[in-house]
Amino acid sequence: MSVEAMPQPIEGYEESALERAPVGRKRHRIPRGVERAMPLLLLLPSVIAIGVFVYGFIAWTGWVSVSNWTTFVQDMSFRGFTEYTRLLSDFRFLSGLRNVIVFTILFVGMCALVGLLLAILLDRQPWGQPIWRNLFLFPLAISFVVTGVVWQWLLNPSAGVNILLDQLGVESLPMWYVSTEIIPGWQWGQIEVAIPIALVAVVLAAGWQMSGFAMAIYLAGLQGVSEDLREAARVDGATELEIYRRVILPLLRPMTITIVIVLGHISLKTFDLIFVMTGSGTGYVTDVPAVYMYEATFRANQFARGAAISVVLLVLVIALMAPAVWARNKSEEGARE
Amino acid sequence: MRKSLLALFGVLVLLMAACADDTAEDPIADLEDEDADEVVEDDDDEVDEDAIDPEDPDTIPDDAVEIFSWWTGAGEEAGLLALIDIFEERHPEYEVVNSAVAGGAGTDAQAVLTSRMQAGDPPGTFQIHAGRALLDQWVAADAMEPLNFLYDEEDWWDVFPETLLELTTDEEGNIYSVPVNVHRSNVVFTNVAAFEDNGLEPPETFEDFVAVADELEAAGVTPLALGDNESWTLLHTWETVLLGATGPDLYRDLFAGDADWESPEVVESFERLDTMLGYINDDHAARNWQDAAQLVAEGDAAMNIMGDWAAGYFATDLELEPEVEFGWVPTPDTGGHFITVVDTFGLPEGAPNREGTIDWLRVLGSVEGQEVFNPLKGSIAARTDADVGVFNEYGQSTFEDFQDDVLVPSLAHNSAAPPNFTEESMTVVVEFMSRRDVDAAVGALQQASEDYLQ
Repeated sequence: MSVEAMPQPIEGYEESALERAPVGRKRHRIPRGVERAMPLLLLLPSVIAIGVFVYGFIAWTGWVSVSNWTTFVQDMSFRGFTEYTRLLSDFRFLSGLRNVIVFTILFVGMCALVGLLLAILLDRQPWGQPIWRNLFLFPLAISFVVTGVVWQWLLNPSAGVNILLDQLGVESLPMWYVSTEIIPGWQWGQIEVAIPIALVAVVLAAGWQMSGFAMAIYLAGLQGVSEDLREAARVDGATELEIYRRVILPLLRPMTITIVIVLGHISLKTFDLIFVMTGSGTGYVTDVPAVYMYEATFRANQFARGAAISVVLLVLVIALMAPAVWARNKSEEGARE
Repeated sequence: MRKSLLALFGVLVLLMAACADDTAEDPIADLEDEDADEVVEDDDDEVDEDAIDPEDPDTIPDDAVEIFSWWTGAGEEAGLLALIDIFEERHPEYEVVNSAVAGGAGTDAQAVLTSRMQAGDPPGTFQIHAGRALLDQWVAADAMEPLNFLYDEEDWWDVFPETLLELTTDEEGNIYSVPVNVHRSNVVFTNVAAFEDNGLEPPETFEDFVAVADELEAAGVTPLALGDNESWTLLHTWETVLLGATGPDLYRDLFAGDADWESPEVVESFERLDTMLGYINDDHAARNWQDAAQLVAEGDAAMNIMGDWAAGYFATDLELEPEVEFGWVPTPDTGGHFITVVDTFGLPEGAPNREGTIDWLRVLGSVEGQEVFNPLKGSIAARTDADVGVFNEYGQSTFEDFQDDVLVPSLAHNSAAPPNFTEESMTVVVEFMSRRDVDAAVGALQQASEDYLQ
């Protein structure tokens, strides 16, 4: 986990203590050779650990994905890229891919919007601000498994929220996560590129849990916006709305990028919430590649396919995250200048 | 020199500690870490009855006889507990751990079992359907111990039907598990009143089915209840339709990899499935198999295709009277054919308490054990010398069919095909459910057959 955790931009951070330490002064008694080897020695443990446990296993997974390992009995002989070409026309995989992308967009969008709204409200110091702030942060302490179970009950079509809606006189009760409806889109090969209604229920649950995270980040950002800027804008005759739109939101850009990176990669790899709350669903309306990967590997013993799905997932995460990381680095540079 | 090296080492340790702290100061890593901490705390719990987690072998005492199954439903759990009672009475010296993993007719348990076997932590014994699931997977991987000695000691060779024992025996004649029960998968359960009120007879052929379903629909009753919230029920429904369209010989050849999956009979099976799916309840996606059976029990639907664990559900859980409140016929065009789902238990290599496990298998295979277990579970005894009187009307009629019918293995329950083919066919029927593309379905099955069956 910590491998993926990005170092956070810290105001005023310039160079590390090590770099600043005076080099080659007399009071150092460490021999030169050791001193030269020092950085290498210090890096070695983590280089070895990351080399083996991250890159080594990525390579191993890559190898499994092109092997003949399709039963419980391990067979590492070379088979070729069959599994990859199959995935390209695999209804389940393509559905999962569509779902995870739709889910990511809706989920990150919801968290950012709700988080921003809450942060703006809290930033105005309403009564009981610390209580509200903690209240919105609490869901973060819960694991997705718990969230999944609770929301599965809440959004069960014949219980939970629907009982309330029923008593309020709502005619056609929503089916939530068991709906097989898909908001029309266009046919692309075997699957329909569209939004499965069932995913909305999952987005609600995930958004409930992670909006607090976006709120915390935005709140920190808002509190960093100096009062002078607001004053200056007011003097220039800007309304409160204009201050937010023209001054504060642009300043919050780095926060938004951080939120997109962190929530985006969580969402692309999502497994636990779906597995607990909905499973892959009828017609794979709530399937995601990570669940398919698990079932192909451990239920069907198609180890090669499971590995191929993991590799595709990895590439996907890199492809979607690289531009965001690049954008963040750029805006950081901009901030420093 | 030595001092400086020591100092260097000290710095190194400090730095590693500092690195660890750094991540804790990182607000995001911190937020994510909270989940991880909770998990670690769980692991520290003392081993007691409540803490036993089938997915985590560390929570299972070393010397216990661990029984791994997916029997968590009411009737089946009652049966298992009754068996454990007999075992504890006969062998008070052993500690028994009941590791049952709920969900998906064993598909979730299968995943847990695979990861445990891969990690070299086999349970004492585990539930496994007789057939390819056992032979192509665990036996092929040399993970099971042959049980010929146990069959010799207990004189079991003649008390089980030969076709059953074949399903658990490899080519060299080694037998690997003990059958506990037999379920039939190709059964239509009916609501007796729904048929009588409309002057209808339960269908025997597919044409009958369509005719009856039309009349039921006109009378305002949902003809067929389906609960495909867990996709295996869909595969289960299709396998019965497949047998109806192909007959037992072609059915067997298909799974042996000797027949063409694009043949007209298989195409026919998907066309029939398509027709059938036109008669199901609207909320099928929200229901599991019990919920679907409940529609029949309450008279909202007239028919439900399910294995006869549904008979146990009707009789034990819902306390309905066989023949009066719920009825049954073989699925369309499968009269005289019997799709078997046989639960067996085997002895993994390196089983923690080998002696205790063998004693448990003795109880499973005994007449007493099978007579206690099966009426509760709603299945029939695998032993032909069991007393037919212990079963209700449903069990007695099935026990008779079992002696006379042509037996074929079930696909949806991992007997007919290895897990990779089964999973692939599951994908095919789920895809068929949303796309209704017959050519794509048979094409994918033919591909899977070439990959995994031949």
